[in-house]
Amino acid sequence: MTMIKRAAEIVPEPSAREAAPGIEQIDVKAVASKAAREAYAARPKIYPKLAHGTFRKIKWAVMAVTLGIYYLLPWIRWDRGPTLPNQAFLLDFANQRLFFGPIEIWAQELYFITGILILSALGLFLVTSLAGRMWCGYTCPQTVWTDLMIVVERFWQGDRNARIRLDNSAWTLEKIWKKSATHISWLLVGVATGGVLVFYFRDAPTLAAELVTGDAPTVAYVFLGIFTGTTYLLGGIAREQVCIYMCPWPRIQGAMFDRDSLLISYRGYRGEPRGPHKKGQSWEGRGDCIDCKACVAVCPMGIDIRDGEQLECIQCALCIDACDDIMTKVGRPTGLVAYDSFRNLDAAAHHERAPLRFVRPRIILYSALIVLVAGLMLWAWLNRTIVEVSVLHDRNPVYIELTDGSLRNRFTVKILNKLHEERSFQLAAEGLPESQLTVLGFPQQNPNIEVVPDNLRALNVLITIPKAARAKLDGPATPFRFVVTDIADGSQIERKETFRGPSNE
Amino acid sequence: MSDKEIDDVTGVETTGHVWDGDVKELNKPLPKWWLYVLYATIIWAIGYWILYPAWPTLHGYTKGILDYSPRAEVAKEVAAAKAEQAKYLDQIAAKSLDEIAMDQELLPFVMAGGAAVFGDNCGPCHGRGGGGAVGYPNLNDDDWLWGGKLGDVKHSILYGIRSGHPEARDMAMPRFGIDKILTPTEIADSTQYVLSLSDKAADAAAVKRGQEHYANNCAACHGEDGKGNIELGAPNLTDNIWLYGGTPAQIAQSIHTGRGGVMPHWTGRLDPATIKMLTVYVHSLGGGK
Repeated sequence: MTMIKRAAEIVPEPSAREAAPGIEQIDVKAVASKAAREAYAARPKIYPKLAHGTFRKIKWAVMAVTLGIYYLLPWIRWDRGPTLPNQAFLLDFANQRLFFGPIEIWAQELYFITGILILSALGLFLVTSLAGRMWCGYTCPQTVWTDLMIVVERFWQGDRNARIRLDNSAWTLEKIWKKSATHISWLLVGVATGGVLVFYFRDAPTLAAELVTGDAPTVAYVFLGIFTGTTYLLGGIAREQVCIYMCPWPRIQGAMFDRDSLLISYRGYRGEPRGPHKKGQSWEGRGDCIDCKACVAVCPMGIDIRDGEQLECIQCALCIDACDDIMTKVGRPTGLVAYDSFRNLDAAAHHERAPLRFVRPRIILYSALIVLVAGLMLWAWLNRTIVEVSVLHDRNPVYIELTDGSLRNRFTVKILNKLHEERSFQLAAEGLPESQLTVLGFPQQNPNIEVVPDNLRALNVLITIPKAARAKLDGPATPFRFVVTDIADGSQIERKETFRGPSNE
Repeated sequence: MSDKEIDDVTGVETTGHVWDGDVKELNKPLPKWWLYVLYATIIWAIGYWILYPAWPTLHGYTKGILDYSPRAEVAKEVAAAKAEQAKYLDQIAAKSLDEIAMDQELLPFVMAGGAAVFGDNCGPCHGRGGGGAVGYPNLNDDDWLWGGKLGDVKHSILYGIRSGHPEARDMAMPRFGIDKILTPTEIADSTQYVLSLSDKAADAAAVKRGQEHYANNCAACHGEDGKGNIELGAPNLTDNIWLYGGTPAQIAQSIHTGRGGVMPHWTGRLDPATIKMLTVYVHSLGGGK
């Protein structure tokens, strides 16, 4: 069975013709003719019409909140004492720290960021299973900034019809200044976006002044430039092309939906057969869809929701607003386009109702994974130590015999003080007979080791067992514990280690 | 004749290609800007060729108008690092070894620098951590052939051991067996006596005989009591640290062939500040006196 209809079957092949008396018109077609199919097509421009309604209001609110967070977050201050930056949200790459309010993450703890990314991904999966591409439709930066760019465009050029007229008109002075104003405004939005981005990486007030006076680091200007360009290009010009041709997520999300996911759907069972409705005409025997195409006009992706689920649909819900508006005007119930599940749509076609099922295996799985990962991260965070100790046994030589017959092992001990104040520590080896512990550079035994704030101190530690006590060792490997005591509060950190000696003793 | 086909379900034209008899592809042309992106990358590449080193020529390569060279960048970074190190190296050059060893500010730099230089120059014989091997002394213990004070260590590094340098430490152990100074029996007896010096099991009668050979031939360097002499580089024979092994056979071998390992001199090869860093590092390995 083939679904393909051969056009040749419909249009009968013309019989051999004469181009002129006696001259046959040859039945041949240029393979590379102009009419041959193109591998590339020009992008038809989309003119989204302004929608009014519940979802448009929600989207305005989401836009205000997300852009507000983005533009204002770097300006929030957080007092961390004199030695540390006072910016609440700072990605301090130069010093290999990340600051999020009271949370401070060092380079070696980057797995917390990994955890947050995993949680974000799982959250995305959960939301998509529940209600489709909500992320795309409401909160994705591409959607939010495109929305912002359309606001700017509408401000200078008017709504859909005015914009189409302007584009089709000749290049008059009016068109030139309206277009220029739009593009300049887009670039300014881009500069604001890129300008704020760099504030996340360096003290915002200082950098803002530096950017103006020209004293900022080159990399700040480079990134400002890159993000000005990409915001202008992706939000102002490319728009839906990003979602359709660049973003991988629309391809993946198809696997996240199921028959119970709430997706923006045209209720065909109610709308069809569609057609214009004349005044006074009965609604009996026809669908509610009056084919006004309001849903198409508002769509920022340029699709017709009545064609069903499509890869291009970002589920922004503006077609719901547009249709509800029209339904109210013609006196029919709203919800011809609405969030609905495939299961319910199928049931409704048979005049039944399928109740919404939120508790489904994949929802339970995603939720459980989120709880698990969040729990693990919380556990890791609560057990995060402020002081870290690492002990490394020297390998060459593994043990040293001295002239007086005593045995010695060397260790490299590293103490990391993540506190913002100096701390003193005492080192001890427990579980070894008559051991002497000395630290290179300190004349006395068991010295106090000071570690300055936010820093790591590496020590060469020698542990020596006198000849008389060698008999008490467990042969070539005697387990013992390194105990590092914080003198200020008496808290201890222990590390298991092994004292090595000759095997023939 | 037209071979255009329209797909029933989608109403979209197909490309006309058929696989496996019935699998066909909808014609969904890419937007033109994809093509323009390709052209842009080509233009970018040409710009790159003009600005940066790109094409090989018969005797070199095109330099590019920016005159960029990764080699020059590395040289610049090395120069910057050297300039950064200069403030430490100046202090090291100005201070005495004892001052450096007690300077907590300077010590981390000295230890890191010393470890790097040690790994590059000394590690092949003495081991990466100075653990030594048969014939190559362990630098972590407190047994020093030529002295374990900072000055002694520095002298050994500067001029080497039997290196041919006029200042080098030059004494070597005679070849008692090869040169027929002692007979094999006398060497065997001496070996038993040497074993007894470090409380090892030995034949009492042989020890007694060996004692005399020791007094006549060995004590001049190794001392009456066998404690050695750092002036002559003569090892202490009473401890359990053996450069050439402490079994009877190994000791007899040492007496028979004599011993005199060679360490090269480093003066002229490493600069004075580096030798100071190396000295403090080796001294710190654990046995410094």
